[in-house]
Amino acid sequence: MSYFVDENGYYGDFGGAFIPEMLYPNVKELGEQYLKVMSDPSFIEEFEALLKDYVGRPTPLYFAKRLSEKYQTNIYLKREDLNHTGAHKINNTIGQILMAQRLGKKRIIAETGAGQHGVATATVCALMGLECIVYMGEIDIARQAPNVARMKMLGATVIPALSGSRTLKDATNEAIRDWINNPVDTHYIIGSVVGPHPYPDMVARFQSVISEEIKIQLLEKEGRSNPDYVIACVGGGSNAAGAFYHYLDEESVKLIAVEAAGKGVDSGESAATSILGEEGIIHGSKTLLMQTKDGQIIEPYSISAGLDYPGVGPLHAHLCKTKRAEFIAVTDDEAMKAGLELCRLEGVIPAIESSHALAIFNVKKFKKEDIVVLNLSGRGDKDLNTYINYFGFE
Amino acid sequence: MNRIQDKLKENKKLLSIYFTAGYPAPDSTVKILQELEKSGVDFVEIGLPFSDPLADGPTIQASSTTSLNNGMSTEVLFEQLKDIRETVSIPLVIMGYFNPMLQYGIEAFCKKCKEIGIDGLIIPDLPVREYNELYRKTFEKYDLINVFLITPQTSEERIRFIDEISDGFIYMVSSASVTGAKTTFGDTQETYFKRIDAMQLKAPQIVGFGISNAETFQQATKYAKGAIIGSAFVKHLTENGVDKIDDFVKAIR
Repeated sequence: MSYFVDENGYYGDFGGAFIPEMLYPNVKELGEQYLKVMSDPSFIEEFEALLKDYVGRPTPLYFAKRLSEKYQTNIYLKREDLNHTGAHKINNTIGQILMAQRLGKKRIIAETGAGQHGVATATVCALMGLECIVYMGEIDIARQAPNVARMKMLGATVIPALSGSRTLKDATNEAIRDWINNPVDTHYIIGSVVGPHPYPDMVARFQSVISEEIKIQLLEKEGRSNPDYVIACVGGGSNAAGAFYHYLDEESVKLIAVEAAGKGVDSGESAATSILGEEGIIHGSKTLLMQTKDGQIIEPYSISAGLDYPGVGPLHAHLCKTKRAEFIAVTDDEAMKAGLELCRLEGVIPAIESSHALAIFNVKKFKKEDIVVLNLSGRGDKDLNTYINYFGFE
Repeated sequence: MNRIQDKLKENKKLLSIYFTAGYPAPDSTVKILQELEKSGVDFVEIGLPFSDPLADGPTIQASSTTSLNNGMSTEVLFEQLKDIRETVSIPLVIMGYFNPMLQYGIEAFCKKCKEIGIDGLIIPDLPVREYNELYRKTFEKYDLINVFLITPQTSEERIRFIDEISDGFIYMVSSASVTGAKTTFGDTQETYFKRIDAMQLKAPQIVGFGISNAETFQQATKYAKGAIIGSAFVKHLTENGVDKIDDFVKAIR
């Protein structure tokens, strides 16, 4: 069983490039170039230097002592929250901006939901002096004002997506339309392991630095590079792809993907794609997605804007179908409680996305001797308003 | 012989119209088809609405949203069209995105098209490779012509390949854009139209995207076999409902 992409861009039954002909030359160019570019020594050198000096990598692998005591197991947190811009998203945008430069592109477009990927894209565009246009759903613009301001400070143009449900899925549609209208000079920086091949593989490779570091760091701390479990939250699935990547073929390492159940899997307000999704096509990729019987895409719900996506990357659809990873859905309430618990036990305010992963400890029991690595994908500064409204802190 | 192939043999420039099924009203589909035939349109593309139409501009997106809110679905469309061949005889093509067809089941979808008398399908997000390897046989079994798109960016090699596997016409996208974006054609389009014409392809080309009036129809069909009007007609429906369709068509040619 292979968990990596094949030469046609598929992970088992999932993936491919279901795109209109207008995008074919762009996607083909990227597909032919990305592995060549990524294996070029000058690319590797520049990428690694920026990750070290600009992003602040390697991020620590921190043994969470009090959390471990409470749940009677051994919990390590991979501190992606300590990256520049506050989340793992920048690993990918650094990689893609260098890719865009080498492909001779002058104009960068991106989609964003909560704004984290938009901020990470605006940041690298400022760094490289490239024009940056970020599409964001009109509704998300209203509820994520601080990130909109950040993008503007960084010099990006934020264009509201006014179509459909006016959230992440529609922002992605608008970015794809922009790419259709500007096929020659523009690179589209997709923020997750979604979209047509080669995006899911390219983004997973840029994020794979996460598991590359875990292996080295765990060996230093525990004398072994493989934990018993790796846990990450999944919306589109980029932080999970990065945390799982170098463990995919290590069958002794159990992988757990935590999805957002929203108000409950059966509540009608959920984003638990692995349970509620059916095979279909979204944003150019065959995967699991939430849709009506008639094949119309359903707008999901989660308290976490970063998990509020109706599909999941094709790699994750494959991991789910082959049972290589266990998919578990936790509700808004479970996640919020777990987020607050991390604040109180470890002095770390997690992003609400990461709080979903943390909620695993109330859902699943681990053995005392287990070594569990949890990818803390982002910090909670951006979520203060949501936390305040939920818990009523004043 | 498929109705599209017959039509392509006629010695005239062809005018095709696109509209979104279930728009402006839930039950306007049949009426629009009848009016288009009466006014002399050569063939019609019936849009099967999708929640996330990637290749479409705001006009067709909005009509799709309204149509879905009107209760349109694959099943409803097939029900509306079941007796269409009693009153309409021009070629009919369904244009839609792949996911709703996939959910209906490709074999079941094609079978139903055949029963109704649909002649072809345009599926912008179904890649050529997947079509050839997985679905071509099914389409052929039900006598359905699959229409491929080319754009100004499509390489000559790929155009030759698409020409070879096309049984009907090639949908020639006029410019690098989503639907409804351009309102005039300039030198870039003229050069592109000429370049494709000079390739002497076996499949006739029908130009789409950016054709909105008599002038752009003339320009597009100077070299190509015909042209398709979509967004401009949908706008007409928004403003006039299903009346005055004849006026719209007569103003084009």
